[in-house]
Amino acid sequence: MIAALLAAAARAVAGGTVRWASAPSDDRQRVFFANHTSHLDFILIWASLPPHMRKRARPVAARDYWEAGPLRRYLARKVFRAVLIERAAPAERVDRVDRNPGMRGREAIARMVEVLDREDSLIVFPEGTRGSGVEVAEFKSGLYYLWRERPEVELVPVHLENLNRVLPKGEFIPVPMITRVSFGPPLDCAEGEPKEAFLERARQAVQRLGEP
Amino acid sequence: MSSFDDHELLWLLAGLAALLLTATAVGQVLERLVATPSGGETVDNVNARVRAWWVMSIAFAIAVASGGVGSVVLFALISFLALREFVTLSPTGRVDHAALVWSFFLVTPAQYVLVGVQWYGLFSILIPVYAFLFVTARLVLAGETERFLERAATIQWGLMACVYCISYAPALLLLDIEGYEGENAKLLFFLVIVVQLSDVFQYVWGKLFGRHPIAPAISPNKTWEGFVGGIACAVLLGTSLWWITPFNPWQAALMALAIALMGFVGGLVMSAIKRDRGVKDYGSLIHGHGGVLDRVDSLLFAAPLFFHLTRFFF
Repeated sequence: MIAALLAAAARAVAGGTVRWASAPSDDRQRVFFANHTSHLDFILIWASLPPHMRKRARPVAARDYWEAGPLRRYLARKVFRAVLIERAAPAERVDRVDRNPGMRGREAIARMVEVLDREDSLIVFPEGTRGSGVEVAEFKSGLYYLWRERPEVELVPVHLENLNRVLPKGEFIPVPMITRVSFGPPLDCAEGEPKEAFLERARQAVQRLGEP
Repeated sequence: MSSFDDHELLWLLAGLAALLLTATAVGQVLERLVATPSGGETVDNVNARVRAWWVMSIAFAIAVASGGVGSVVLFALISFLALREFVTLSPTGRVDHAALVWSFFLVTPAQYVLVGVQWYGLFSILIPVYAFLFVTARLVLAGETERFLERAATIQWGLMACVYCISYAPALLLLDIEGYEGENAKLLFFLVIVVQLSDVFQYVWGKLFGRHPIAPAISPNKTWEGFVGGIACAVLLGTSLWWITPFNPWQAALMALAIALMGFVGGLVMSAIKRDRGVKDYGSLIHGHGGVLDRVDSLLFAAPLFFHLTRFFF
Protein backbone atom coordinates (compact mmCIF):
# COMPACT_ATOMS: atom_id res chain seq x y z
CA MET A 1 0.00 0.00 0.00
CA ILE A 2 2.63 2.51 1.09
CA ALA A 3 4.87 0.97 -1.54
CA ALA A 4 2.29 1.57 -4.27
CA LEU A 5 1.77 5.17 -3.11
CA LEU A 6 5.49 5.85 -3.11
CA ALA A 7 5.87 4.34 -6.56
CA ALA A 8 3.07 6.59 -7.82
CA ALA A 9 4.62 9.65 -6.16
CA ALA A 10 8.03 8.86 -7.63
CA ARG A 11 6.51 8.60 -11.08
CA ALA A 12 4.57 11.85 -10.63
CA VAL A 13 7.65 13.85 -9.68
CA ALA A 14 10.39 12.13 -11.61
CA GLY A 15 8.49 9.92 -14.03
CA GLY A 16 9.20 9.92 -17.70
CA THR A 17 10.13 7.45 -20.31
CA VAL A 18 10.88 3.84 -19.50
CA ARG A 19 12.63 1.94 -22.26
CA TRP A 20 13.24 -1.78 -22.41
CA ALA A 21 15.72 -3.27 -24.87
CA SER A 22 13.85 -6.55 -24.55
CA ALA A 23 10.56 -6.65 -22.73
CA PRO A 24 10.71 -8.77 -19.57
CA SER A 25 8.56 -11.76 -20.44
CA ASP A 26 9.11 -14.08 -17.52
CA ASP A 27 9.85 -13.54 -13.88
CA ARG A 28 13.40 -14.75 -14.02
CA GLN A 29 15.69 -13.63 -11.29
CA ARG A 30 17.75 -10.64 -12.27
CA VAL A 31 20.37 -8.29 -10.95
CA PHE A 32 19.68 -4.76 -12.16
CA PHE A 33 22.81 -2.63 -12.08
CA ALA A 34 22.60 1.11 -12.69
CA ASN A 35 24.50 4.37 -12.56
CA HIS A 36 23.99 6.21 -9.29
CA THR A 37 23.28 9.93 -9.18
CA SER A 38 20.63 10.55 -6.52
CA HIS A 39 18.81 9.09 -3.54
CA LEU A 40 15.75 8.63 -5.73
CA ASP A 41 17.53 6.22 -8.07
CA PHE A 42 16.40 2.91 -6.74
CA ILE A 43 12.90 4.14 -5.96
CA LEU A 44 12.46 5.10 -9.60
CA ILE A 45 13.96 1.88 -10.98
CA TRP A 46 11.74 -0.01 -8.62
CA ALA A 47 8.69 2.08 -9.63
CA SER A 48 9.49 1.50 -13.31
CA LEU A 49 9.40 -2.27 -12.99
CA PRO A 50 6.17 -4.11 -13.77
CA PRO A 51 4.37 -4.86 -10.46
CA HIS A 52 5.11 -8.59 -10.40
CA MET A 53 8.84 -7.90 -10.76
CA ARG A 54 8.71 -4.99 -8.34
CA LYS A 55 7.56 -7.23 -5.53
CA ARG A 56 10.70 -9.31 -5.84
CA ALA A 57 13.27 -6.61 -6.55
CA ARG A 58 15.29 -5.61 -3.50
CA PRO A 59 17.67 -2.67 -3.54
CA VAL A 60 21.13 -3.01 -2.08
CA ALA A 61 21.83 0.10 -0.03
CA ALA A 62 24.25 1.51 2.51
CA ARG A 63 23.42 0.64 6.10
CA ASP A 64 24.77 3.88 7.58
CA TYR A 65 22.39 6.00 5.48
CA TRP A 66 19.24 3.92 5.72
CA GLU A 67 19.51 3.15 9.42
CA ALA A 68 19.83 6.80 10.41
CA GLY A 69 16.44 7.80 11.80
CA PRO A 70 13.22 5.83 12.30
CA LEU A 71 11.55 6.88 9.01
CA ARG A 72 14.43 5.76 6.82
CA ARG A 73 14.73 2.56 8.79
CA TYR A 74 11.04 1.84 8.37
CA LEU A 75 11.13 2.54 4.63
CA ALA A 76 14.26 0.50 4.08
CA ARG A 77 13.11 -2.50 6.07
CA LYS A 78 9.38 -2.72 5.56
CA VAL A 79 8.64 -0.93 2.30
CA PHE A 80 11.61 -1.49 0.04
CA ARG A 81 12.91 -4.57 1.87
CA ALA A 82 16.38 -3.19 1.21
CA VAL A 83 19.44 -5.38 1.59
CA LEU A 84 21.54 -3.19 3.86
CA ILE A 85 25.28 -3.58 3.64
CA GLU A 86 28.24 -1.88 5.27
CA ARG A 87 29.69 0.71 2.96
CA ALA A 88 33.39 0.37 2.25
CA ALA A 89 35.10 3.47 3.62
CA PRO A 90 36.50 5.92 1.05
CA ALA A 91 40.00 4.95 -0.07
CA GLU A 92 41.78 7.75 1.79
CA ARG A 93 40.24 6.68 5.08
CA VAL A 94 40.82 2.98 4.72
CA ASP A 95 43.89 2.91 6.92
CA ARG A 96 42.34 4.78 9.79
CA VAL A 97 38.78 3.59 9.93
CA ASP A 98 38.30 0.50 7.91
CA ARG A 99 40.92 -2.00 8.92
CA ASN A 100 39.42 -4.80 7.00
CA PRO A 101 37.74 -3.74 3.76
CA GLY A 102 38.14 -7.15 2.14
CA MET A 103 36.26 -8.79 4.97
CA ARG A 104 33.39 -6.32 4.68
CA GLY A 105 33.18 -6.85 0.94
CA ARG A 106 32.93 -10.60 1.39
CA GLU A 107 30.19 -10.20 3.97
CA ALA A 108 28.23 -7.94 1.64
CA ILE A 109 28.51 -10.41 -1.23
CA ALA A 110 27.43 -13.22 1.06
CA ARG A 111 24.32 -11.22 2.04
CA MET A 112 23.42 -10.58 -1.59
CA VAL A 113 23.93 -14.19 -2.60
CA GLU A 114 21.70 -15.22 0.27
CA VAL A 115 18.95 -12.96 -1.13
CA LEU A 116 19.40 -14.41 -4.63
CA ASP A 117 19.06 -17.88 -3.20
CA ARG A 118 15.70 -16.83 -1.80
CA GLU A 119 14.58 -16.23 -5.40
CA ASP A 120 14.54 -12.43 -5.11
CA SER A 121 16.04 -9.98 -7.59
CA LEU A 122 18.52 -7.23 -6.72
CA ILE A 123 19.01 -3.58 -7.65
CA VAL A 124 22.65 -2.56 -7.24
CA PHE A 125 24.71 0.54 -7.91
CA PRO A 126 28.22 -0.73 -8.63
CA GLU A 127 29.76 2.77 -8.66
CA GLY A 128 29.35 2.62 -4.90
CA THR A 129 28.58 6.30 -4.54
CA ARG A 130 26.56 8.97 -6.26
CA GLY A 131 28.24 10.40 -9.35
CA SER A 132 27.89 13.59 -11.37
CA GLY A 133 25.36 12.10 -13.75
CA VAL A 134 27.56 12.64 -16.79
CA GLU A 135 30.19 9.90 -16.81
CA VAL A 136 29.60 6.52 -15.26
CA ALA A 137 32.44 6.00 -12.77
CA GLU A 138 34.50 2.85 -12.45
CA PHE A 139 32.61 -0.09 -10.98
CA LYS A 140 33.46 -1.68 -7.65
CA SER A 141 34.10 -5.39 -7.88
CA GLY A 142 30.94 -6.61 -6.10
CA LEU A 143 29.06 -7.19 -9.35
CA TYR A 144 31.85 -9.47 -10.57
CA TYR A 145 31.83 -11.63 -7.46
CA LEU A 146 28.04 -11.79 -7.55
CA TRP A 147 28.23 -13.12 -11.12
CA ARG A 148 30.93 -15.63 -10.19
CA GLU A 149 28.86 -16.92 -7.29
CA ARG A 150 25.57 -17.15 -9.19
CA PRO A 151 26.33 -17.19 -12.95
CA GLU A 152 22.80 -18.29 -13.86
CA VAL A 153 21.24 -14.98 -12.72
CA GLU A 154 20.63 -12.49 -15.53
CA LEU A 155 22.57 -9.21 -15.23
CA VAL A 156 20.56 -6.28 -16.62
CA PRO A 157 22.21 -2.88 -17.15
CA VAL A 158 20.04 0.15 -16.34
CA HIS A 159 20.75 3.78 -17.17
CA LEU A 160 19.15 6.66 -15.31
CA GLU A 161 19.04 10.06 -16.91
CA ASN A 162 18.22 13.41 -15.26
CA LEU A 163 17.78 11.96 -11.76
CA ASN A 164 20.74 14.04 -10.60
CA ARG A 165 18.77 17.12 -11.65
CA VAL A 166 15.66 16.01 -9.78
CA LEU A 167 17.52 15.61 -6.51
CA PRO A 168 21.20 16.59 -6.60
CA LYS A 169 23.56 15.68 -3.81
CA GLY A 170 22.86 17.63 -0.66
CA GLU A 171 19.30 18.69 -1.55
CA PHE A 172 16.14 17.52 0.20
CA ILE A 173 13.24 18.62 -1.96
CA PRO A 174 13.06 17.11 -5.43
CA VAL A 175 12.40 19.30 -8.46
CA PRO A 176 9.90 17.72 -10.86
CA MET A 177 11.69 16.74 -14.01
CA ILE A 178 11.15 14.27 -16.81
CA THR A 179 13.59 11.41 -16.50
CA ARG A 180 14.49 8.40 -18.55
CA VAL A 181 15.03 4.88 -17.26
CA SER A 182 16.56 2.58 -19.88
CA PHE A 183 16.79 -1.16 -19.31
CA GLY A 184 19.38 -2.74 -21.58
CA PRO A 185 19.76 -6.27 -22.90
CA PRO A 186 21.19 -8.71 -20.34
CA LEU A 187 24.96 -8.80 -20.20
CA ASP A 188 26.59 -11.64 -22.14
CA CYS A 189 28.99 -13.34 -19.83
CA ALA A 190 31.95 -15.38 -21.01
CA GLU A 191 33.20 -17.87 -18.47
CA GLY A 192 36.62 -17.13 -17.10
CA GLU A 193 36.59 -13.45 -18.08
CA PRO A 194 39.08 -11.52 -15.93
CA LYS A 195 37.62 -9.18 -13.32
CA GLU A 196 38.77 -5.87 -14.80
CA ALA A 197 37.53 -6.70 -18.29
CA PHE A 198 34.17 -7.84 -16.94
CA LEU A 199 33.66 -4.72 -14.84
CA GLU A 200 34.66 -2.40 -17.68
CA ARG A 201 32.27 -4.16 -20.04
CA ALA A 202 29.46 -3.84 -17.51
CA ARG A 203 30.25 -0.15 -17.01
CA GLN A 204 30.21 0.48 -20.75
CA ALA A 205 26.88 -1.33 -21.07
CA VAL A 206 25.37 1.24 -18.69
CA GLN A 207 27.17 4.17 -20.29
CA ARG A 208 26.01 3.17 -23.78
CA LEU A 209 22.35 3.13 -22.71
CA GLY A 210 22.76 6.80 -21.83
CA GLU A 211 23.73 7.77 -25.34
CA PRO A 212 20.82 9.06 -27.41
CA MET B 1 -26.29 27.47 -9.08
CA SER B 2 -24.63 24.30 -10.25
CA SER B 3 -23.30 24.50 -13.76
CA PHE B 4 -25.50 21.59 -14.75
CA ASP B 5 -28.57 23.82 -14.43
CA ASP B 6 -27.13 25.82 -17.29
CA HIS B 7 -28.76 24.34 -20.39
CA GLU B 8 -26.41 26.13 -22.76
CA LEU B 9 -23.46 24.41 -21.11
CA LEU B 10 -25.18 21.05 -21.42
CA TRP B 11 -25.70 21.70 -25.13
CA LEU B 12 -22.03 22.57 -25.48
CA LEU B 13 -20.91 19.38 -23.79
CA ALA B 14 -23.31 17.37 -25.96
CA GLY B 15 -21.88 19.11 -29.03
CA LEU B 16 -18.36 18.27 -27.92
CA ALA B 17 -19.32 14.62 -27.47
CA ALA B 18 -20.90 14.58 -30.94
CA LEU B 19 -17.74 16.09 -32.42
CA LEU B 20 -15.56 13.45 -30.78
CA LEU B 21 -17.86 10.64 -31.92
CA THR B 22 -17.64 11.98 -35.49
CA ALA B 23 -13.85 12.19 -35.27
CA THR B 24 -13.67 8.62 -33.96
CA ALA B 25 -15.94 7.38 -36.77
CA VAL B 26 -13.92 9.24 -39.44
CA GLY B 27 -10.73 7.76 -37.98
CA GLN B 28 -12.16 4.24 -38.22
CA VAL B 29 -13.22 4.77 -41.84
CA LEU B 30 -9.81 6.20 -42.76
CA GLU B 31 -8.12 3.20 -41.16
CA ARG B 32 -9.99 0.91 -43.58
CA LEU B 33 -9.45 3.11 -46.65
CA VAL B 34 -5.81 4.17 -46.43
CA ALA B 35 -3.40 1.58 -47.79
CA THR B 36 -0.02 3.33 -48.18
CA PRO B 37 2.43 2.93 -45.27
CA SER B 38 3.06 6.67 -44.82
CA GLY B 39 -0.67 7.36 -45.00
CA GLY B 40 -1.29 4.59 -42.50
CA GLU B 41 1.17 6.21 -40.11
CA THR B 42 -0.67 9.51 -40.35
CA VAL B 43 -3.99 7.77 -39.73
CA ASP B 44 -2.59 5.92 -36.71
CA ASN B 45 -1.34 9.21 -35.32
CA VAL B 46 -4.72 10.87 -35.97
CA ASN B 47 -6.52 8.04 -34.17
CA ALA B 48 -4.12 8.23 -31.23
CA ARG B 49 -4.79 11.96 -31.08
CA VAL B 50 -8.55 11.42 -31.15
CA ARG B 51 -8.33 8.94 -28.29
CA ALA B 52 -6.27 11.45 -26.30
CA TRP B 53 -8.86 14.12 -27.14
CA TRP B 54 -11.52 11.99 -25.47
CA VAL B 55 -9.53 11.88 -22.25
CA MET B 56 -8.69 15.60 -22.35
CA SER B 57 -12.27 16.57 -23.17
CA ILE B 58 -13.69 14.50 -20.33
CA ALA B 59 -11.21 16.05 -17.88
CA PHE B 60 -12.08 19.51 -19.18
CA ALA B 61 -15.83 18.86 -19.08
CA ILE B 62 -15.64 17.69 -15.46
CA ALA B 63 -13.57 20.75 -14.53
CA VAL B 64 -15.87 23.23 -16.25
CA ALA B 65 -19.03 21.60 -14.95
CA SER B 66 -17.73 21.57 -11.38
CA GLY B 67 -17.43 25.34 -11.50
CA GLY B 68 -14.54 27.37 -10.14
CA VAL B 69 -12.53 24.94 -8.05
CA GLY B 70 -12.37 22.20 -10.67
CA SER B 71 -11.09 24.56 -13.35
CA VAL B 72 -8.47 26.10 -11.08
CA VAL B 73 -7.19 22.65 -10.06
CA LEU B 74 -7.11 21.37 -13.64
CA PHE B 75 -5.16 24.35 -14.96
CA ALA B 76 -2.84 24.32 -11.95
CA LEU B 77 -2.02 20.72 -12.81
CA ILE B 78 -1.47 21.65 -16.46
CA SER B 79 0.89 24.46 -15.39
CA PHE B 80 2.81 22.12 -13.13
CA LEU B 81 3.29 19.52 -15.85
CA ALA B 82 4.11 22.15 -18.48
CA LEU B 83 6.73 23.78 -16.24
CA ARG B 84 8.19 20.35 -15.56
CA GLU B 85 8.58 19.74 -19.28
CA PHE B 86 10.02 23.23 -19.80
CA VAL B 87 12.58 22.91 -17.02
CA THR B 88 13.64 19.46 -18.22
CA LEU B 89 14.68 21.02 -21.52
CA SER B 90 16.31 24.06 -19.93
CA PRO B 91 20.04 24.08 -19.27
CA THR B 92 19.59 24.50 -15.53
CA GLY B 93 22.04 22.92 -13.12
CA ARG B 94 22.61 22.11 -9.49
CA VAL B 95 23.00 25.72 -8.42
CA ASP B 96 19.50 26.49 -9.70
CA HIS B 97 17.90 23.80 -7.59
CA ALA B 98 16.52 26.03 -4.82
CA ALA B 99 15.16 28.60 -7.27
CA LEU B 100 13.40 25.79 -9.12
CA VAL B 101 11.96 24.38 -5.90
CA TRP B 102 10.52 27.85 -5.22
CA SER B 103 9.10 28.06 -8.72
CA PHE B 104 7.35 24.70 -8.50
CA PHE B 105 6.21 24.63 -4.90
CA LEU B 106 5.70 28.30 -3.94
CA VAL B 107 5.08 30.41 -7.04
CA THR B 108 2.89 27.99 -8.99
CA PRO B 109 0.48 27.14 -6.14
CA ALA B 110 0.36 30.80 -5.05
CA GLN B 111 -0.65 31.94 -8.54
CA TYR B 112 -3.58 29.51 -8.62
CA VAL B 113 -4.65 30.28 -5.07
CA LEU B 114 -4.91 33.91 -6.18
CA VAL B 115 -7.10 32.84 -9.11
CA GLY B 116 -9.18 30.76 -6.71
CA VAL B 117 -9.74 33.60 -4.25
CA GLN B 118 -10.24 36.00 -7.18
CA TRP B 119 -7.62 38.52 -6.11
CA TYR B 120 -7.02 40.09 -9.50
CA GLY B 121 -4.64 42.81 -8.29
CA LEU B 122 -2.02 40.43 -6.95
CA PHE B 123 -2.72 37.68 -9.49
CA SER B 124 -1.69 39.93 -12.35
CA ILE B 125 1.65 40.98 -10.84
CA LEU B 126 2.76 37.98 -8.77
CA ILE B 127 4.96 36.44 -11.43
CA PRO B 128 5.96 39.44 -13.59
CA VAL B 129 7.02 41.40 -10.49
CA TYR B 130 7.47 39.29 -7.37
CA ALA B 131 8.64 36.00 -8.84
CA PHE B 132 10.96 38.09 -11.00
CA LEU B 133 12.46 39.70 -7.91
CA PHE B 134 12.52 36.84 -5.42
CA VAL B 135 13.39 33.91 -7.65
CA THR B 136 16.28 35.95 -9.06
CA ALA B 137 17.28 36.84 -5.50
CA ARG B 138 17.33 33.16 -4.55
CA LEU B 139 19.41 32.45 -7.62
CA VAL B 140 22.04 35.05 -6.77
CA LEU B 141 22.27 33.70 -3.22
CA ALA B 142 23.37 30.39 -4.70
CA GLY B 143 26.54 32.25 -5.57
CA GLU B 144 27.23 31.09 -9.12
CA THR B 145 27.85 33.75 -11.77
CA GLU B 146 28.40 31.60 -14.79
CA ARG B 147 25.63 32.19 -17.37
CA PHE B 148 23.75 33.96 -14.58
CA LEU B 149 21.50 36.08 -16.76
CA GLU B 150 20.73 33.15 -19.02
CA ARG B 151 19.71 30.95 -16.11
CA ALA B 152 17.63 33.64 -14.42
CA ALA B 153 15.93 34.54 -17.70
CA THR B 154 15.16 30.92 -18.51
CA ILE B 155 13.47 30.26 -15.18
CA GLN B 156 11.51 33.51 -15.38
CA TRP B 157 10.44 32.73 -18.94
CA GLY B 158 9.27 29.27 -17.90
CA LEU B 159 7.17 30.75 -15.10
CA MET B 160 5.69 33.41 -17.37
CA ALA B 161 4.78 30.95 -20.12
CA CYS B 162 3.82 27.83 -18.22
CA VAL B 163 2.22 29.35 -15.12
CA TYR B 164 1.31 33.02 -15.62
CA CYS B 165 -0.07 32.77 -19.14
CA ILE B 166 -1.95 29.50 -18.58
CA SER B 167 -3.51 30.83 -15.37
CA TYR B 168 -5.34 33.46 -17.44
CA ALA B 169 -7.63 30.71 -18.72
CA PRO B 170 -9.26 29.84 -15.34
CA ALA B 171 -8.99 33.54 -14.42
CA LEU B 172 -11.81 34.14 -16.89
CA LEU B 173 -14.05 32.87 -14.08
CA LEU B 174 -13.29 35.93 -11.95
CA LEU B 175 -14.46 38.47 -14.54
CA ASP B 176 -17.56 40.49 -13.69
CA ILE B 177 -19.63 40.92 -16.83
CA GLU B 178 -22.98 42.62 -16.60
CA GLY B 179 -25.86 40.30 -17.46
CA TYR B 180 -23.50 37.30 -17.63
CA GLU B 181 -23.17 36.57 -13.91
CA GLY B 182 -22.52 32.94 -13.07
CA GLU B 183 -22.01 31.99 -16.71
CA ASN B 184 -18.25 32.61 -17.03
CA ALA B 185 -17.52 28.89 -17.38
CA LYS B 186 -18.83 29.16 -20.93
CA LEU B 187 -16.27 31.89 -21.65
CA LEU B 188 -13.53 29.45 -20.66
CA PHE B 189 -15.17 26.86 -22.87
CA PHE B 190 -15.22 29.35 -25.76
CA LEU B 191 -11.50 30.13 -25.41
CA VAL B 192 -10.36 26.53 -25.11
CA ILE B 193 -12.57 25.15 -27.87
CA VAL B 194 -11.63 27.91 -30.35
CA VAL B 195 -7.90 27.71 -29.64
CA GLN B 196 -7.74 23.92 -29.74
CA LEU B 197 -9.98 23.46 -32.78
CA SER B 198 -8.04 26.20 -34.53
CA ASP B 199 -4.97 23.94 -34.14
CA VAL B 200 -6.96 20.99 -35.48
CA PHE B 201 -8.32 23.00 -38.44
CA GLN B 202 -4.82 24.23 -39.31
CA TYR B 203 -3.52 20.67 -39.11
CA VAL B 204 -6.28 19.30 -41.35
CA TRP B 205 -6.03 22.13 -43.92
CA GLY B 206 -2.26 21.80 -43.90
CA LYS B 207 -2.38 18.02 -44.42
CA LEU B 208 -4.92 18.31 -47.25
CA PHE B 209 -3.77 21.40 -49.13
CA GLY B 210 -0.51 22.54 -47.56
CA ARG B 211 2.11 23.52 -50.17
CA HIS B 212 3.89 26.68 -49.06
CA PRO B 213 5.64 26.57 -45.69
CA ILE B 214 5.18 29.68 -43.58
CA ALA B 215 8.29 29.37 -41.41
CA PRO B 216 10.33 26.43 -42.71
CA ALA B 217 13.16 27.02 -40.27
CA ILE B 218 10.85 26.77 -37.26
CA SER B 219 8.04 24.42 -38.10
CA PRO B 220 8.04 22.75 -41.53
CA ASN B 221 4.48 21.49 -41.05
CA LYS B 222 2.95 24.97 -40.81
CA THR B 223 1.84 26.17 -44.24
CA TRP B 224 0.07 29.23 -45.61
CA GLU B 225 -2.80 27.03 -46.76
CA GLY B 226 -3.17 25.53 -43.30
CA PHE B 227 -2.89 28.96 -41.68
CA VAL B 228 -5.52 30.69 -43.82
CA GLY B 229 -7.96 27.76 -43.92
CA GLY B 230 -7.51 26.95 -40.24
CA ILE B 231 -7.91 30.52 -38.99
CA ALA B 232 -10.96 31.05 -41.21
CA CYS B 233 -12.61 27.92 -39.83
CA ALA B 234 -11.76 28.95 -36.27
CA VAL B 235 -13.40 32.35 -36.85
CA LEU B 236 -16.50 30.65 -38.28
CA LEU B 237 -16.62 28.35 -35.26
CA GLY B 238 -16.22 31.26 -32.84
CA THR B 239 -18.92 33.24 -34.62
CA SER B 240 -21.32 30.32 -34.51
CA LEU B 241 -20.78 30.09 -30.74
CA TRP B 242 -21.67 33.77 -30.06
CA TRP B 243 -24.80 32.71 -28.15
CA ILE B 244 -22.76 31.24 -25.28
CA THR B 245 -20.75 34.46 -24.83
CA PRO B 246 -21.56 38.02 -23.80
CA PHE B 247 -20.57 39.07 -27.37
CA ASN B 248 -22.71 39.68 -30.44
CA PRO B 249 -21.79 37.65 -33.56
CA TRP B 250 -19.38 40.30 -34.92
CA GLN B 251 -17.61 40.63 -31.62
CA ALA B 252 -17.42 36.84 -31.29
CA ALA B 253 -15.84 36.66 -34.75
CA LEU B 254 -13.18 39.24 -33.85
CA MET B 255 -12.48 37.51 -30.53
CA ALA B 256 -12.08 34.17 -32.31
CA LEU B 257 -9.73 35.83 -34.81
CA ALA B 258 -7.62 37.25 -32.00
CA ILE B 259 -7.54 33.88 -30.22
CA ALA B 260 -6.61 31.95 -33.37
CA LEU B 261 -3.86 34.40 -34.40
CA MET B 262 -2.30 34.45 -30.94
CA GLY B 263 -2.59 30.68 -30.79
CA PHE B 264 -0.70 30.40 -34.06
CA VAL B 265 2.08 32.65 -32.80
CA GLY B 266 2.23 30.73 -29.50
CA GLY B 267 2.66 27.47 -31.38
CA LEU B 268 5.49 28.98 -33.44
CA VAL B 269 7.30 30.36 -30.39
CA MET B 270 7.16 27.09 -28.51
CA SER B 271 8.38 25.29 -31.65
CA ALA B 272 11.32 27.67 -31.92
CA ILE B 273 12.33 26.76 -28.36
CA LYS B 274 12.08 23.05 -29.17
CA ARG B 275 14.22 23.56 -32.27
CA ASP B 276 16.80 25.42 -30.24
CA ARG B 277 16.96 22.57 -27.73
CA GLY B 278 17.03 19.97 -30.50
CA VAL B 279 13.88 18.03 -29.67
CA LYS B 280 10.65 17.30 -31.53
CA ASP B 281 8.25 17.20 -28.58
CA TYR B 282 8.30 18.53 -25.03
CA GLY B 283 7.32 15.18 -23.60
CA SER B 284 5.36 12.03 -24.22
CA LEU B 285 2.57 12.24 -21.66
CA ILE B 286 -0.28 12.64 -24.14
CA HIS B 287 -0.22 9.81 -26.66
CA GLY B 288 -0.06 11.09 -30.25
CA HIS B 289 0.32 14.73 -29.21
CA GLY B 290 3.66 14.76 -27.38
CA GLY B 291 3.84 16.52 -24.06
CA VAL B 292 1.41 18.77 -22.21
CA LEU B 293 3.30 21.81 -23.46
CA ASP B 294 2.90 20.65 -27.06
CA ARG B 295 -0.86 20.65 -26.54
CA VAL B 296 -1.23 23.97 -24.71
CA ASP B 297 1.38 26.01 -26.64
CA SER B 298 -1.33 27.94 -28.49
CA LEU B 299 -3.32 28.54 -25.30
CA LEU B 300 -0.31 30.25 -23.67
CA PHE B 301 -0.48 33.24 -25.97
CA ALA B 302 -4.23 33.33 -26.55
CA ALA B 303 -5.43 33.25 -22.93
CA PRO B 304 -4.00 36.57 -21.62
CA LEU B 305 -5.12 38.57 -24.66
CA PHE B 306 -8.62 37.08 -24.61
CA PHE B 307 -8.87 37.79 -20.88
CA HIS B 308 -7.86 41.41 -21.23
CA LEU B 309 -9.95 42.10 -24.33
CA THR B 310 -12.97 40.77 -22.46
CA ARG B 311 -12.09 42.63 -19.28
CA PHE B 312 -11.63 46.00 -20.99
CA PHE B 313 -14.54 45.91 -23.42
CA PHE B 314 -17.25 43.95 -21.60
